[in-house]
Amino acid sequence: MSTTEFKAPSSATFERISENTMVVNMGPQHPSTHGVLRLIIELEGETIVQCKCVIGYLHTGMEKEAEYQTYHKCTVMTDRIDYLNANGNNLAHALAVEKLLGCEIPKRGQYLRVMLAELSRIASHCIWLGTHALDMGAMTPFFYIMQQREMVLDMFEIFSGVRMMPSWIVPGGLRGDMPEEFETRLRKFLIEFPKELQVVENMLVENPIWKERTQNVGVLSAQEALELGCSGPIARASGVAFDLRKSAPYSSYEDFDFDIPVGKVGDCYDRFLVRIAEMKESCKILQQAIDNLPSGPYNSEDRKATPPPKEEIDTSMESLIHHFKHYTEGFHPEVGEAYAGIEGSKGELGFYVISDGSNKPYRWHERPSSFMNLKSLEVLAIGKLLADVIAIIGSIDIVLGEIDR
Amino acid sequence: MSAASAVDRFDVASLQQKFGDDILKVKVESDDVFVCVNRSQIAKVLEFLKTEPDLDYTYFVECLGADYSTWPHQRDLTERFEVIYNLYSVKHRTRLFVKVGADDGQKVPTAKNVFLGADYPEREIWDLFGVVFEGNEQTERFLLPEDWSGHPLRKEYPLGGEDVTFHEGAEGPAIEDLQQPHTGESFEGKTSSRDVSGR
Repeated sequence: MSTTEFKAPSSATFERISENTMVVNMGPQHPSTHGVLRLIIELEGETIVQCKCVIGYLHTGMEKEAEYQTYHKCTVMTDRIDYLNANGNNLAHALAVEKLLGCEIPKRGQYLRVMLAELSRIASHCIWLGTHALDMGAMTPFFYIMQQREMVLDMFEIFSGVRMMPSWIVPGGLRGDMPEEFETRLRKFLIEFPKELQVVENMLVENPIWKERTQNVGVLSAQEALELGCSGPIARASGVAFDLRKSAPYSSYEDFDFDIPVGKVGDCYDRFLVRIAEMKESCKILQQAIDNLPSGPYNSEDRKATPPPKEEIDTSMESLIHHFKHYTEGFHPEVGEAYAGIEGSKGELGFYVISDGSNKPYRWHERPSSFMNLKSLEVLAIGKLLADVIAIIGSIDIVLGEIDR
Repeated sequence: MSAASAVDRFDVASLQQKFGDDILKVKVESDDVFVCVNRSQIAKVLEFLKTEPDLDYTYFVECLGADYSTWPHQRDLTERFEVIYNLYSVKHRTRLFVKVGADDGQKVPTAKNVFLGADYPEREIWDLFGVVFEGNEQTERFLLPEDWSGHPLRKEYPLGGEDVTFHEGAEGPAIEDLQQPHTGESFEGKTSSRDVSGR
């Protein structure tokens, strides 16, 4: 490539602050860094004076790849970005593209989307709870909570046939309607899950070791959190009552009655409590969604955005043409740019799509919540012990797929 | 809902009053408000948006880059690259996009000193687009491997694969068979050892 010559760095990529310190490398293959995060930590005694995150080990160039794919094919990549919250990513992407297309989704479709997104949030928080506790030496919660996550993944499988990467929410609606079995499973889950969550909660909330490890560790103030670009449970634990589901409702979230849990101190323990409370709020939303699920179509009527129903193809020439065009060429949104942000499991999750009027995005960018939240680790680690870094990483809840993209 | 109110609440008007000609263009598109700003003023504009109590854009959502070198339509800015800052006011529930333009070799003042969170996205933009941020200049790769050359999100950078070792021991890119269906969908048929991997 002859674009810009790049001079490789001559020495290590880390500058020491003082002389009498020790530099410790952690990761990228370290179980408590939740993937391939590498930390370079400078220690004075046991106190951290500098912490630097080295990322990019999982960079796959999805934003470049997307510029060569039609919008429908881009959907499949969104699952792989934050693979623990796949439906949330699908939803954010679908909303951004729909904003360009200007198409409306019927209420049933919106409710189904909410259900999938909330289940994804629960699944993602389950993983966080299990691994965070595991990092801190509490092994039992992991087994209990992973069992519940399995239940959620089973429901995704019933819905879409895929456990982790459903790609079920697409621009224009959903790929298919809710199967009947899903409803019975969901209702059963909504009875069982709060009980199981209570079991895990009992193990940790008043646990003196847990409290010792997490209370007053990694305290982030509200102002700092916002300046750093932190959102989601991290900002809320710091006392910012900010949730896009309330402040800018999308996909019919205004129909549901739920609360935003907000912390007081902003330490790891508060982040833990906020996420636990969020799972319960998600259950509340799911209960309301399944009880009030409207009947009718779940896809947009706009034939440019959604393929026609299969039975129409046999009788209508236009439907056949639309079907063929939809799957070979895709759709052409208006020239322009659109950003849609949703409240993902880890914070604000948005897609910024620039369209030049062709069937492929001109620029396709995700606002990665983990990536923006990660910066807070470099700030929070200073002055803490090495063991606290493990607690902080766990409480930030990062997914390296989303950080590196 | 969020966007129309950013205009209604005179956020844009107070920006225009304060910065005058440095506000190049104001655009409202699908409910989002975009304000194009003179590149040299960006740090001051962000500072003003953040500290002015009536505006209160304290939440730095992100900033992203875009390469418009092959854009066939009308543009907001004349420069090749755009850096788009995404700000949100938690108090007033409004979102505002601030845009600056930069050509190759032109530096954008860093927003790191206003919003610390701008550090990572700026590094990413440099890594993938080659837009340099004054005050946050980088010498090392961020997302890409250390020995990577070029900035892959630039439009002229081809999409290619990694070189592979074939069973005969020869090394080279996996060249597409142009006779096959779906040719050019992913590799654009441009793969050669030099152009491909960037190394």
